[in-house]
Amino acid sequence: MPPPEPRTLFDKLWDANLVEPERADAPAILYVGLHLVHEVTSPQAFAELNQRDLRVRRPDRTYATLDHSTPTLPPAASGARTYVTAAAAAQVDQLRANCERHGVRLADWDSHDRGVVHVMAPELGLTQPGMVVVCGDSHTATHGAFGALAFGIGTSEVAHVLATQCLLQRKPKQMRVTVDGRLGPGVSAKDLTLAVVNRIGFGGGSGHVIEYAGDAIRVLGMEGRMTLCNMSIEAGARAGMIAPDETTFAYLRGRRHAPEDFEAAVAKWRAFVTDDGARFDSEIQIDAATISPMATFGTTPDASIAIGAPTPSARDDSERQALHYMGFAAGAPTTDHAIDVVFVGSCTNGRLTDLRDAAAVLRGRRVKEGVRMLVVPGSESVKQQAEAEGLDRVFIDAGAEWRLPGCSMCIAMNGDFVGAGQLAVSTSNRNFEGRQGKGARTILASPATAAASAVTGKLTDPRAFLEAAHA
Amino acid sequence: MPEQFTRLTSRTLVLPQANIDTDQIIPARFLTTTTRDGLGSAAFYDWRYGPDGALVPDAQLNTIDPAEHRILVAGDNFACGSSREHAPWALLDYGFRVIVSTGIADIFASNALKNGLVPVIVDADTHARLLADPGGRVTVDVECCELIAGNEPPVKFVIDPFARRCLLDGVDTLGWLVDRLPAIDSFEARTA
Repeated sequence: MPPPEPRTLFDKLWDANLVEPERADAPAILYVGLHLVHEVTSPQAFAELNQRDLRVRRPDRTYATLDHSTPTLPPAASGARTYVTAAAAAQVDQLRANCERHGVRLADWDSHDRGVVHVMAPELGLTQPGMVVVCGDSHTATHGAFGALAFGIGTSEVAHVLATQCLLQRKPKQMRVTVDGRLGPGVSAKDLTLAVVNRIGFGGGSGHVIEYAGDAIRVLGMEGRMTLCNMSIEAGARAGMIAPDETTFAYLRGRRHAPEDFEAAVAKWRAFVTDDGARFDSEIQIDAATISPMATFGTTPDASIAIGAPTPSARDDSERQALHYMGFAAGAPTTDHAIDVVFVGSCTNGRLTDLRDAAAVLRGRRVKEGVRMLVVPGSESVKQQAEAEGLDRVFIDAGAEWRLPGCSMCIAMNGDFVGAGQLAVSTSNRNFEGRQGKGARTILASPATAAASAVTGKLTDPRAFLEAAHA
Repeated sequence: MPEQFTRLTSRTLVLPQANIDTDQIIPARFLTTTTRDGLGSAAFYDWRYGPDGALVPDAQLNTIDPAEHRILVAGDNFACGSSREHAPWALLDYGFRVIVSTGIADIFASNALKNGLVPVIVDADTHARLLADPGGRVTVDVECCELIAGNEPPVKFVIDPFARRCLLDGVDTLGWLVDRLPAIDSFEARTA
């Protein structure tokens, strides 16, 4: 008998969760191990089930949270929450009613579990290696950091998964991004992420799933891995993933929803690695040592440069429009422009390590007058841990606003937004025109860069501050 | 339940920019709805209305009759970004039935097909011809997988056979999947 074909991590995830293989005239049916739900992309899906008198098939594999439409300011003394509109409040009420009707767990306002969906689920140990994880949210790739096949779906598919726990899928192409070497001091996972997206290009990963491999990935903690996988969609790829290892197992051990027989689970999870000799449709190599703190200059997440480098010239009308919108001149650095807003948070960079990075820069310093800085923890758990470490005091003492968990200014649909024409340095994932508010201009960067920029009032390489702190 | 789609002849609307993301197609602040109806009024809202909320009279989308321009020809990597299905809902409600580009983002294309909005990928030459003739008459035929622009010879396009059958027959994919429940039961029994 010939030896079995070497398989990739993705091949193994696909095969392990395959209900029916694809045929020429029908897509594959994939089984979903974890379905995450939030208020914005689920109401029409629940309505579809209710119209057809269908039930949620596996409430035990479904978990809902409130994050996108929710205010980040505390409630009034009466307990009333100040939603941006009545529609936003109604959307939250609708999710609550849908969860009650179908027996789905909801991390509601009174739950210590509540948080941004992609921050909360890993914290609870819901996200595990070997499973398919989906959510009506394009940043679901975050969960691929655990060696899961995780991707965003539309609302029609949310209904599919609610009703059948399954999804119709065609097998995508596979790309491997190998990052060897070490990141330099003061260079973060977000800088690596922006460099990777820049290298692949905004649409370069279309039709693909990405596996991240190499020494520089192995030394990242789970938070850094999540930041990297999170932005796979910004390179056009639906999913990004990293093979599970001791770092993954150590993170999961003891979490509330981790398997009871943990060692047996780990033994199974160890198989989810790419075999030697397995083939990818495309391969990209990156040397981590060449990466500096990065920031975007355009209106797509791949348009990034090392902080302080000259802004590249536009190559076409779309790029010309992007520079015009941002108010940046080709050939000049973007570090001369006064910034108005700094946002630290989101499913990309709203975790405890991110807040520590920002606080390390801000400790003993002040946010520059005229700059508004918003720090929004990714979950109640992050908030509590940050407060236990005194990070909230660092932010408040520096003049920043310390808010309740949520998506906040990343998607700007809850009332937190960047004003028209204002320039923001943001740790989120999208710098599209108007993403953070109509007419808002966004520079994407790391938490340390965001904090350094808040202090100087201009986009700033954080390494000078970190060296000073260590001196 | 998606509307059936066999063949459509209409004028095009051309939006040549590359990377038109789903935040442009429908800004996030319109996502607090709990229904899928009536989102056409929010389609490309920030392109059609100024900061003061006033209609931008010379914005291209405001100068056409949507009923006459049901084929959107867009720049490469159309509808990248967020997975919001509100994007195809808004485009359909506005009046579009077909999107033509050299690249259409994966999640959007999947969402579009489930609602009867047809994503058509064409080669760069065909794309350039379509971009150069805004308002031109184009026929998109899902039965033959052909796009015909003016007097040009038909151009073949590829559409997933399952998606094609769903468009032609108006197949409801949720119903199709629910019919597969016995296979799902046995998968659960096998892996429990």
